[in-house]
Amino acid sequence: MNIDSIKNGVVIDHIKAGEGMKIYHFLNLDKQDCTVAIIKNATSKQMGRKDIIKVDSFIDLNALGYIDPNITINVIKDGVRVEKYHPELPAKIINVVRCKNPRCITTTEQELPHVFKLTDAENQVYRCIYCETKADK
Amino acid sequence: MRSLISILDLSVEEIDELIAVANDIIDNPKKYAEKCHGKKLATLFFEPSTRTRLSFEAAMYELGGNVLGFSEAQSSSAAKGESVADTVRTVSCYADIIAMRHPKEGAPLVASMKATVPIINAGDGGHNHPTQTLTDLLTIQREKGRLNNLTVGFCGDLKFGRTVHSLIEALSRYTGIKIILISPDELKLPSYVKQDVLKKHNIEYVQTTDLEAVMPELDILYMTRVQRERFFNEEDYLRLKDSYILTPEKLKTAKSDLAILHPLPRVNEIAVAIDDDPRACYFRQVLNGKFVRMALILKLLEENS
Repeated sequence: MNIDSIKNGVVIDHIKAGEGMKIYHFLNLDKQDCTVAIIKNATSKQMGRKDIIKVDSFIDLNALGYIDPNITINVIKDGVRVEKYHPELPAKIINVVRCKNPRCITTTEQELPHVFKLTDAENQVYRCIYCETKADK
Repeated sequence: MRSLISILDLSVEEIDELIAVANDIIDNPKKYAEKCHGKKLATLFFEPSTRTRLSFEAAMYELGGNVLGFSEAQSSSAAKGESVADTVRTVSCYADIIAMRHPKEGAPLVASMKATVPIINAGDGGHNHPTQTLTDLLTIQREKGRLNNLTVGFCGDLKFGRTVHSLIEALSRYTGIKIILISPDELKLPSYVKQDVLKKHNIEYVQTTDLEAVMPELDILYMTRVQRERFFNEEDYLRLKDSYILTPEKLKTAKSDLAILHPLPRVNEIAVAIDDDPRACYFRQVLNGKFVRMALILKLLEENS
């Protein structure tokens, strides 16, 4: 199967097989008007099977490390890969996940941003800054 | 703006300093009688409380200051739907420092982000209650003369008991602490507290359901009430509320210098017959709460002046 290579944008590689659509929605790619290709169950030497997303635009990938820090991001400029990296675990994520604790202040004060901070990098644990409830991935 | 939201906002050195000031207030009350002259404390209590609110108010009066505020959400603009942020922005115009209790976890943190005066968390749901922890630490220090090399038993509701979580966090920063967790299976200490606090700090701990078996080991016995307001299900509350009742018989094997603490209010988990036992410290603990809150109010006003 052939998919056009992109000229300027990002290739999000080494996504766990089956997680591609989750990342598609997480990055709000359904609301972007750029070209997006989702490749599911591609063969991978490392992973057996993997998903890949190609985006023909430069988008904010800041919080992607929260979803999976093992993903590889390739930055393409003028058809050439100029950068390849794994996303870092963000120190803080804002309005990415909602606090599920019914006793949290965010349940009654709707305008508050849902902020989670990284409290345990080794185990990738994020906690609500208000009530310290662990984020559900 | 320096506020106190969690006990971990204070370093061990700052806690030791607060305890030292509280002890000095106890020894030299006149020296502090006018320290807050012309200052106002607002007590914003969105949830009922007798002890904590009166303790804060008494503390401010004994420092020569004044107090304003409300004691339930229904008598505040919260009943009209006002946000915590707007309430504290408004009260910041009237008061020099705010003590806030709120049923929602994190409300005092939100307040501290918006207020222009220091916020003291006077309890946010089942989450934090740092001034109770300061009270407990001052009591342990006064009763035992130290905050290290202690075997501390926590008994009762260790799941929802915020005072337990905060005191364990605070004690974990001292050396030679052994924690014994005594509770029914349904009210065990949450695993995240064990993981993030006890294991992280290499604190020796034991979990048991048998209070009498561990009684001879204890230097401190911290009793707690099973709190009706923390349960979503009344049946669970009724089944668990009488899990542990401390009686003179159960104390027979305890050390002669055991210190029995309780954050109060008590329902029936400590028999009244124990109140006259010199090992019962919970009413002295209440008094200590006022003194340590005086020390805290002084510290925050001085730091933010």
